[in-house]
Amino acid sequence: MLLTITSTMASAPDLGYLLHKNPLHAQVFNLGFGKAHVFYPVVEPERCTAALLIEIDPIGLVRGRQGPPGEGRTLEQYVNDRPYVGSSFLSVALADVFGTALAGRSKERPELAAQEIPLEARLSVLPCRGGEAFLRRLFEPLGYAVMAERHALDEQNPDWGASRYFTVTLTGSKRLGDLLTHLYVLVPVLDDDKHYWVGDDEVEKLVRHGEGWLATHPERELIARRYLKQQRSLARQALEQIMAEEQPAADEVQADHAQEEAEIETRISLNEQRIGTVIAALKQSGAKRVLDLGCGEGQLLRALLKEKLFDEIVGVDVSHRALEISRDRLRLEQMSEKQQERIKLFQSSLVYRDKRLAGYDAAAVIEVIEHLEPSRLAAFERSIFEFACPGTVIVTTPNAEYNVKFENLPAGRFRHQDHRFEWSRAEFEAWAKGIAARFRYNVRFVAVGQEDAVLGSPTQMAVFAR
Amino acid sequence: MKITVPELALVVLIGPSGAGKSTFAQKHFKSTEVLSSDVCRGLVSDDQNNQAATNDAFEVLHFIAAKRLAAGKLTVIDATNVQPEARKPLVALARQYHCLPVAIVFDLPENICHERNKTRPDRHFGPHVIRQQAQQMRRSIRGLAREGFRHIFTLSSLDEVEGVSIERQPLWNNRRGEHGPFDIIGDIHGCRAELETLLARLGYDASTHQHPDGRKVIFLGDLVDRGPDIPGVLRIVMPMVEAGSALCVPGNHEMKLLRKLRGKNVQITHGLAESLAQLEREPPEFVNAVTDFMDDLVSHYVLDDGKLVVAHAGMKESMQGRGSGKVRDFALYGETTGETDEFGLPVRYNWAAEYRGRAMVVYGHTPVPEPEWLNGTLNIDTGCVFGGRLTALRYPEKELVSVPAERIWSQPAKPFLDQSAQASAMTAQQDDDEVLDLDDVLGKRIVTTRLHHTITVREENATTALEVMSRFAANPKWLIYLPPTMSPTDTAPDGDLLEHPAQAFAYYRQQGIPKVICEEKHMGSRAVIIVCRDASVARTRFGIVENEDGIIYTRTGRRFFDDDALEKALLARIRRAADQAGLWDELATDWMCLDCELMPWSAKAQELLKTQYAAVGAASRAALGEAVSALERALARGADVGSLLKHTQDRAQLAERYTEAYRRYCWSVTSLDDLRVAPFHLLASEGKIHIDQSNLWHMETLSKLSAGGDPLLMATAYRLVDVTDSASEAEGVCWWEELTARGGEGMVVKPLEFVSRGRRGIAQPAVKCRGAEYLRIIYGMEYTLAENLERLRSRGLSVKRSLALREFALGIEGLERFVRKEPLRRVHECVFAVLALESEPVDPRL
Repeated sequence: MLLTITSTMASAPDLGYLLHKNPLHAQVFNLGFGKAHVFYPVVEPERCTAALLIEIDPIGLVRGRQGPPGEGRTLEQYVNDRPYVGSSFLSVALADVFGTALAGRSKERPELAAQEIPLEARLSVLPCRGGEAFLRRLFEPLGYAVMAERHALDEQNPDWGASRYFTVTLTGSKRLGDLLTHLYVLVPVLDDDKHYWVGDDEVEKLVRHGEGWLATHPERELIARRYLKQQRSLARQALEQIMAEEQPAADEVQADHAQEEAEIETRISLNEQRIGTVIAALKQSGAKRVLDLGCGEGQLLRALLKEKLFDEIVGVDVSHRALEISRDRLRLEQMSEKQQERIKLFQSSLVYRDKRLAGYDAAAVIEVIEHLEPSRLAAFERSIFEFACPGTVIVTTPNAEYNVKFENLPAGRFRHQDHRFEWSRAEFEAWAKGIAARFRYNVRFVAVGQEDAVLGSPTQMAVFAR
Repeated sequence: MKITVPELALVVLIGPSGAGKSTFAQKHFKSTEVLSSDVCRGLVSDDQNNQAATNDAFEVLHFIAAKRLAAGKLTVIDATNVQPEARKPLVALARQYHCLPVAIVFDLPENICHERNKTRPDRHFGPHVIRQQAQQMRRSIRGLAREGFRHIFTLSSLDEVEGVSIERQPLWNNRRGEHGPFDIIGDIHGCRAELETLLARLGYDASTHQHPDGRKVIFLGDLVDRGPDIPGVLRIVMPMVEAGSALCVPGNHEMKLLRKLRGKNVQITHGLAESLAQLEREPPEFVNAVTDFMDDLVSHYVLDDGKLVVAHAGMKESMQGRGSGKVRDFALYGETTGETDEFGLPVRYNWAAEYRGRAMVVYGHTPVPEPEWLNGTLNIDTGCVFGGRLTALRYPEKELVSVPAERIWSQPAKPFLDQSAQASAMTAQQDDDEVLDLDDVLGKRIVTTRLHHTITVREENATTALEVMSRFAANPKWLIYLPPTMSPTDTAPDGDLLEHPAQAFAYYRQQGIPKVICEEKHMGSRAVIIVCRDASVARTRFGIVENEDGIIYTRTGRRFFDDDALEKALLARIRRAADQAGLWDELATDWMCLDCELMPWSAKAQELLKTQYAAVGAASRAALGEAVSALERALARGADVGSLLKHTQDRAQLAERYTEAYRRYCWSVTSLDDLRVAPFHLLASEGKIHIDQSNLWHMETLSKLSAGGDPLLMATAYRLVDVTDSASEAEGVCWWEELTARGGEGMVVKPLEFVSRGRRGIAQPAVKCRGAEYLRIIYGMEYTLAENLERLRSRGLSVKRSLALREFALGIEGLERFVRKEPLRRVHECVFAVLALESEPVDPRL
């Protein structure tokens, strides 16, 4: 990773005083993770360029890993971009090598340090999650002219498209300390992948370095969120390891797309309406002991807990991670023993028979079936309707016909990347009636959400009763 | 005095404190068989005489007793047990686990007890306690039989106690020592002619009914009622049982007939009238003999070291080899749900669907059109009397032999040759396999494999595997195998390489294996391919009802292609190649399972390539290029950066080589013709798993697939190397150097035999030896820099190797179970375990 800082002020080589690094000598600094070299490619009266070249030891990066135990077992840590790109390593190097300048001080030229001077910073490779637009949204409000050149992933495989890497040049009239501070905070924000464990002291650092500019920055919330990014969970690590070649960061994709789905459906707060309708149908059935099959992160469970009518609530999901989140969000640990007796969460799978699920009054299977491979539906049908066999089963799934109403959903795409199918009303009703006949249930259909005269409702719901 | 107790019994010692129960128990039983209330008091309260801990102590005692009885272990309760309410839970326990409660009563003079207690410093209670206990005992012992004790022994003097000897008696149903071979015959119902034909077909002498090979018949009951010649059947069966050439268990019809013959009032229905009418014509001696015969029948038998259980209506695992009224009822009638069907017959509870026992269970009772295995159980009542067939199962051969009924002798209440049931696409087992049970995969699992003993799967790994299996995997009916991980060769101790063939050769040499085969390692993605001759094979053999004729799946059991049409087309090409090569006939099969590499790498790993490999290449080349030009400018103006420039230029060079390395394994795929399939193991086909064939056989047989000229199918290059011959080794090294110089990934070294025993158990089935350039995409582009290479040499292989062996054994075990046509859960257990082991933490660079 290379950062060059160029000044075109009068007696430009004074930059050396500001940086506390003599332009005549190349210097090396040992950092915990490698070395930083400082040298000057250009030293002329009207133009002076200082270069900070960071060499990260790729082997040490793996061996001396910090962070919570279990962190990082995937191959990505061995073949990764960290040694070559601007990241939190750059911030650490800036603080180590240019600490005084970063603090806005200069022993020899204090007045110059307090003065805005023409500066140009060039970052050889900067990963920008959020693309050029986000890069500009970060730096332009601070008064920089931004030049960004995006790199192709592989020029010999042009169909692979562009990478997330940019060579970035920022130009502006700035105090050197401010420029360094902006880089110190915003480079890791753009990269969005901190190399160290983010603890409480990071909050304090952000407050200190953000003084005077962050509070008025239009992107302050996103900056703070990314700067204080949380680390990945152990459960996700294990999953990633297994799926490495096929499904990078399966959960991450899931989460992103869950958000995407939520955004697509947001205008009508469909989720709220869905939960409301499910609760109403459960109440109507007279159920006391209910199952939430595929409870995800626990939205329906929370609503169920508020209803005194339900004596026993069981949430199951196949994702261990989802159950962890659910447990946190419901504050299960903090509940009184009496409350804890009402709710149980455990891992199960709807395509296996699970004896623990037998004998309940009702089961809600909300936005779940579309996540199953069509070839596994047969197993799902039998495990629920034949073996678990609750008195009432409520199934909801998207109505594919309605998708044309979502402006930001491209035609032919599903609402969620993990959906394996989305059914029209006719398809869903045919499926549900088949089940009702085979397993001796009655079925009725309920529209969920704002109904369109032609396309129907956004979500379709079947209520099966024995 | 001789006390005879059944080998599985709950022995309850009854007597006041000081009666000598503990001493008695110590003398006659194993210490682990005796559960003492005093010891349990000690366990929960540190004080064996703490009466306040009594309730807790008995909870512990009952809990342990239950565990022991469930496991089929004789258990002795050493407590005073003088009150009926203390004995009641014990009798209930014995009932629950279908074993007999036995009472041994110590009715000794009180002063003996009192004297004994006085000599024991830990017993402080006075004579009134003993007196009270003795009174309670005497008041209630007369009711012991009413309480449910089947054997009661009373010892009234010290001499009697001293003189006791205990004999353990095997249960009537215990015939573990009989190993067969057997011919097990289903419900006969008076069909004498068919029985004679069947016995003749099975090779029994027509007059003596002896078999020249000493085979034995097992009759599954329901000999009587309904049919034309009930006495004739009994005249065959009874002498055979008498002579020891047959065993017979009772059916519900025998029991009802017996009650009738003993004068009980029973309804003359379900064919009983025929028995009565036909027996009426017989002499009374014969009828008496029949009565005695039926009275002596034992509900079920456990045979051949517990590997075979026979009963009229089946026998669930928890009841096998036990004796109680419930066990007898189950043997005679099976289990019913309490409902009745549209014909007024009781709805049977399908115990076989939940059967998980080790023993094969053969039974009859309910006529079925076709005997079908389900979880190791088989109903062979093919309704002879209703015009079906009379069927025998040959054991241990598992062959069915049957003769058709000469006519319909009796009309069934419910048509058992149900047309719709016969038309079912799946076998009973395949139907049952459609929904696997979570209990068979979740939690800590211990899987027994033939190759590598037992393999433990940790609970948290099963948790991860469940998610992957549920969310992504293909239909488990297709998943008969997941490939094992493979360890690299030991690390080269010096030089500029991390891996070199010399270490691979040395490994096998040290294992005592002289001949190895080196196979070119293709760089693509692992694919398991099952190809059937047509969709009907997929249906009959795999139970796949969708119109599929094979599958291609990844090492995690996920469908390789999202595009069904592409998969079908690829399978068709492989099928055609197999047709041309004549492989179907050569292997006498209509399906096969291949272990393959599918190229290009980018076909499956496109996302990974883009987000990781290409990204790192793009970033490094841009970054190092900029650094070099900045350093050049600095050097030009005289800065002292010469060596840093040189170093950075070297690194820039490595970035280029890294990019070249991954690019070799990528090409764009626009049609099927852009794909390459390189099969390297022909794992299994009908009735066979080909691990008894050498790896050379696998290479040669599979090369026939590509010999047809389809460019889609790639033959794998290989060399044989004798690791005891240095010239041969040198050739192997040379070949590897050529391969890797051309940009190949490297090679896989395998012992010539598919499964090779090394010095300690089986040797690694393969080790990989990867080329220096390929390793750049594994260890990072700069790994060859001297300072990096030296540090990388210290890598531990033991975890990876242990994992490779365990997964190999599991993979083979799963295939063997599939080929043996075991229930899917048994195959799935292995496949699931491989997936679970894959989430064990291990260095992914290995």
